[in-house]
Amino acid sequence: MRVGVAGSKESNDCLVTVKESNETKIVIESVVAAFFYDQIKATVEETLKEMEIENVSVTVEDKGALDYTIKSRLISAIKRMTLDV
Amino acid sequence: MFRSLLFIPGNNPSMIQNADVFNSDGIIFDLEDSVDINEKDNARNLVNNYLSSANNYPSLVVLRVNPIDTEFFKKDIELIKTKKINYILLPKTTMDALNVLEEMLYDIEVKFDLDTVKVIALVESAKSIIQIFKIAKHCRVEAILLGAEDLCNDLEIDRSNEGNEILFARSRVIYACASNNIISIDTPNTNIDDELLLREDCLNAKNLGMKAKSSIHPSQLEIINEVFSPSKKEIIWAKRVLEAVEKNIGKGAFSLDGKMIDKPIILKAQKIIQKANKYNME
Repeated sequence: MRVGVAGSKESNDCLVTVKESNETKIVIESVVAAFFYDQIKATVEETLKEMEIENVSVTVEDKGALDYTIKSRLISAIKRMTLDV
Repeated sequence: MFRSLLFIPGNNPSMIQNADVFNSDGIIFDLEDSVDINEKDNARNLVNNYLSSANNYPSLVVLRVNPIDTEFFKKDIELIKTKKINYILLPKTTMDALNVLEEMLYDIEVKFDLDTVKVIALVESAKSIIQIFKIAKHCRVEAILLGAEDLCNDLEIDRSNEGNEILFARSRVIYACASNNIISIDTPNTNIDDELLLREDCLNAKNLGMKAKSSIHPSQLEIINEVFSPSKKEIIWAKRVLEAVEKNIGKGAFSLDGKMIDKPIILKAQKIIQKANKYNME
């Protein structure tokens, strides 16, 4: 199974792990989930759509990252998974 | 015109999201030395997405790319497509490196109909110090930044607090910039906890002729901005000179407080007022 990881668990960052899967699954663990779960999920979904990526398991361990940081880490993780860095 | 440029590591979200609030005249988003070799892609993606989607940006954006002989250089340069980058900071600048960069920038600018991106040449080797007058004349170059740490490595010498070992290099940067009407930027001071040393270092550089200084920590900006701005005394003097000019129209030279005022003095006063206006000083 191919895996890509990017980011960190530092404040204002997030650690994104992407794995090959039979279906698209998104798991979000965030210190601000109560307020921003939907926004983080939407950012992940939009980024996957932009990159035309399906059938991956995405885990976001968020420490208060802004949208562009989440998007950046997800792109890096996907490219690392596909070795397109 | 700027006094201070702050380096921010390209893979640090906490600093990047505050890039527009730091008290520096410009921000250098660094993809080179402050980024681990295994995180180059991550840093490039982060800076790219920040520049493409953030709500607020620094008033002046500089991107330090990786050197031309690395696998990262070409992808780094692609970030000019964000249309937010004012300057590329080219590490280890030589004429050969500058020409490679020029060709790549031109191709991307034409292909994507972009404005011309200017270059800050980072001179940090003996070779670049020797070539500096050609570098300063290059049409893309609007400023030169001295990188003393790498230069001293190249020369196999140690840095000192006094900076005597970089006097020749500082002087070359200053004269190359002044003679080509571009901005000379002093090397950062790496002793981030020593304010007295920073102030002395800034004054030394300014008194030699440097026009700005780079910094590696936000805590250094207040002193850098203060030293590289005109003082209140200078501004008062410059205003008096320009007022006296108005009262002495038609005279090539005249006297103020017993001292001769002529064209070079008037130009100096005008530059002080120009800087004071730029930095919102009364």
